[in-house]
Amino acid sequence: MNPQWSRRHVLDTDDWSRAEIETVLDQSRAMVEVLSRPIRRAPALRGRTVILFFAEASTRTRVSFELAAKALSADVTNITATGSSLEKGESLYDTARTLEALGGDVLVMRHASSGAPYFVARRTSAAVINAGDGTHAHPSQGLLDAFTLREALGDLEGKRIAIVGDILHSRVARSDIHTLVPLGARITLSGPPTLVPAAWRCGQPPSGVTYEPDVDRALDGADAAIVLRLQRERQQAGLLPSLREYSRVWGIDVGRMGRMRAGAPVMHPGPMNEGVEIDAAVAHGSRSLIEKQVTNGVAVRMALLYLLAAGSAALLEDRA
Amino acid sequence: MRRALARIGHEIVERDRDLSRLAIVGIRARGDALAARLCETIRANEGVEIPLGAIDITLYRDDLTRVGYAPVVRESAIPFSVDDRVLVLVDDVLFTGRTIRAAMDALVDYGRPRAIRLAVLVDRGHRELPIRADFVGKNVPTAIDDDVRVHLVEVDGRDEVELFKAEVPV
Amino acid sequence: MSFDRRPFEARGLLVVPGFIDLHAHLREPGFEESETIATGARAALRGGFTTVCAMPNTEPAIDAPGLVAQVVARAASAAGARVLPIAAITSGRRGAELCDLVELAAAGAVAFSDDGAPVSDAGLFRHALEYSRIAGALIVEHPQDLSLSAKGVMHEGSVSAELGLAGMPAAAEEAAVARDLALVKLAGARLHLTHLSTAGSVELVRRAKAEGVAVTCDVTPHHLSLTDEWVAGSRTFAWERAERNRAMPYDANTKVNPPLRSRADVRALWAGIADGTVDAIATDHAPHASIRKEVEFDQAAFGISGLETALPLVLGGVRAGWASWDAVLAALTTGPARVLGVPPPKEDWIVIDADAEWTLDGEALISKGKNTPLLGAKLTGRVVEVAVDGDLKLNEGHAAEAVGAR
Repeated sequence: MNPQWSRRHVLDTDDWSRAEIETVLDQSRAMVEVLSRPIRRAPALRGRTVILFFAEASTRTRVSFELAAKALSADVTNITATGSSLEKGESLYDTARTLEALGGDVLVMRHASSGAPYFVARRTSAAVINAGDGTHAHPSQGLLDAFTLREALGDLEGKRIAIVGDILHSRVARSDIHTLVPLGARITLSGPPTLVPAAWRCGQPPSGVTYEPDVDRALDGADAAIVLRLQRERQQAGLLPSLREYSRVWGIDVGRMGRMRAGAPVMHPGPMNEGVEIDAAVAHGSRSLIEKQVTNGVAVRMALLYLLAAGSAALLEDRA
Repeated sequence: MRRALARIGHEIVERDRDLSRLAIVGIRARGDALAARLCETIRANEGVEIPLGAIDITLYRDDLTRVGYAPVVRESAIPFSVDDRVLVLVDDVLFTGRTIRAAMDALVDYGRPRAIRLAVLVDRGHRELPIRADFVGKNVPTAIDDDVRVHLVEVDGRDEVELFKAEVPV
Repeated sequence: MSFDRRPFEARGLLVVPGFIDLHAHLREPGFEESETIATGARAALRGGFTTVCAMPNTEPAIDAPGLVAQVVARAASAAGARVLPIAAITSGRRGAELCDLVELAAAGAVAFSDDGAPVSDAGLFRHALEYSRIAGALIVEHPQDLSLSAKGVMHEGSVSAELGLAGMPAAAEEAAVARDLALVKLAGARLHLTHLSTAGSVELVRRAKAEGVAVTCDVTPHHLSLTDEWVAGSRTFAWERAERNRAMPYDANTKVNPPLRSRADVRALWAGIADGTVDAIATDHAPHASIRKEVEFDQAAFGISGLETALPLVLGGVRAGWASWDAVLAALTTGPARVLGVPPPKEDWIVIDADAEWTLDGEALISKGKNTPLLGAKLTGRVVEVAVDGDLKLNEGHAAEAVGAR
């Protein structure tokens, strides 16, 4: 029995207790060990089916979930937007019913609309993992970032972590806040004022979070930095003067890295715009945990798949 | 308990004279503590450090679909190559044999051992699979509904083996 | 059959004049899968509204006298509440050319609105106001700055920030209200602002009225009771302290324009009712067939089906002491009548059981629009009888089904 875990779905970590987060991180460590074996496979999800439904393009997250499912011996089916009936204008409602008819044990879905996984979770009996919905949440990324930081820094209590970039449109930033703050970390958000939610900018940020527009001040003495991708469309939408100005004012280069604590690491959820939000030297430098994030991502996703699918669904209480 | 472990330690060394190939792997969550004690016994008596590992078999259980919540998986640790080694699996109680089957499946994912032997503190009978122990601390005949619980200082704060007899309905 | 109030009053029930709804969408012609004039008129009765004004954002829009006449004819055969047609301000509601306001009024239009959309071109809106003065017509404006509210789907605030949904800031409404008030002063005309939702909007109207500007306004029952937290899954009314059980977030039935706002905004709307700044409570009844709502939140249509739940929602604020029942009753009867410039019908009555507890069952709603976040909610207060022109309406025919045993 796992007294720390009773969730049916992983849609967002915003209401998770510290114990639940730590359960996933502890299970992830066990999964890291499985991935280090000569045969990187365990039979725990043999006979289970994991459906990957990615209505929004993504290679790294989808492949990460696929590797995680296969490492636990589950059968995997891929449904992507291109070439599927979704592209032909099938509604999400009908897609949900089709997915239900296909009968997977776990549905991993990514979608461009915030809230889409909740919509599908209400209409299928599978366990649903949100692999990214609009600008709302990316819970497995938040968990793997917390795992990576905990492995690198130890106990996160009292540690100060800077998250720099387009916060407004970042589901990664939101999910990082929801996993790191319960573990005791303090978050400093930094980036252009037009790319931070107005409510957070004007004195109502979530608990444990502050906004500092000056990135040098935000990095001063920080224990770690998470750098977010800046999308070109933001500049086109009038939210930024130019990418060049962004890079000069908020871009993370080796000089800015020096303002953090000695040895403080840098992370990035990928894919990177080298030269815009992050310098190549920083991305590939010795303090970069970016590759570790990728490895840890598979382990964390194995932990989530295991927790949701290894037990018996019929015996689980319905609790999202 | 101390004497049983000491005896098992001797038997292990007797059986496999070439200690260079030996390794001891305990099954979490009490077999690993027993395995550590065996390693210590052998080191004290033979002056040889036998490689020690611990294996968690949760991911290999054959009964996962019958439990409600997914059971906690602990980290395994096999800090040596299992290839060509004689592994001695250690567990506290041998009962149906399913745990041992799962442990063997897990170990085989680490490589190809030369041989796998089994050491248990208590053998309570009622095997459901063709598995037998090579080294046994004590044979304790039980009824199938009985319960045998081993407590160890490292885990439970005391060394004790408890036998609970099932209530016979009147 | 003339209406006798005494048996009802003897049972401890409230007998009051029938409510007048300045703002409802009856969807006919063009969107009959969502509502028809007949179903909407009967739903209105169930909610206690004996008169309801039908907005012209139909397909085609009601921008010609023949179309107004059609609405009038349909309403006559509906056997429900009186339906008063509102015609469009601009042709096709496209915001480019003024309609023939005088002719439309002659055909029966009681007011003019492009509702669903604002008249974005300030120059054109000024001309509409100036012309309306001469035509004696009432302009009803939906105040919204479209460039500020852009792709917003809910109130811009900490809830929208958490949910990752684009927001419509309060300023998008307040900037439009400020513009509208300045133009009213310039044109020397009368204007009615509909479904105000923010504290700032109410304050702007309060100050304008103090200066003698001829402006009136209404607010909806859902803006008087629900907050943006409902999008995140809260089911706690604005006056409640204790948390009710939460629903799943992103319920498209909470998606409405103007959006559900903060508790502070709700409180300010009630203060406006209490001090008379707010002239009327209008439902903005916006029924939708489920196909428009059972989609991703950002794709869903805006609107709440509100005719049949108005009473329990406004009673909640009265119980919380946020305004007196008299003030609320005035906002539902004499206030809207004054806005329209007509006397309230003398023989329209409704009987209210203010303490009746009931659970909202979608199947029992008369409206085709089941799109309300109150589905399954326990509500207090319902209409048990209605008389239009002295004729009892609920005890005869289909409208009585939903009443239930009493």
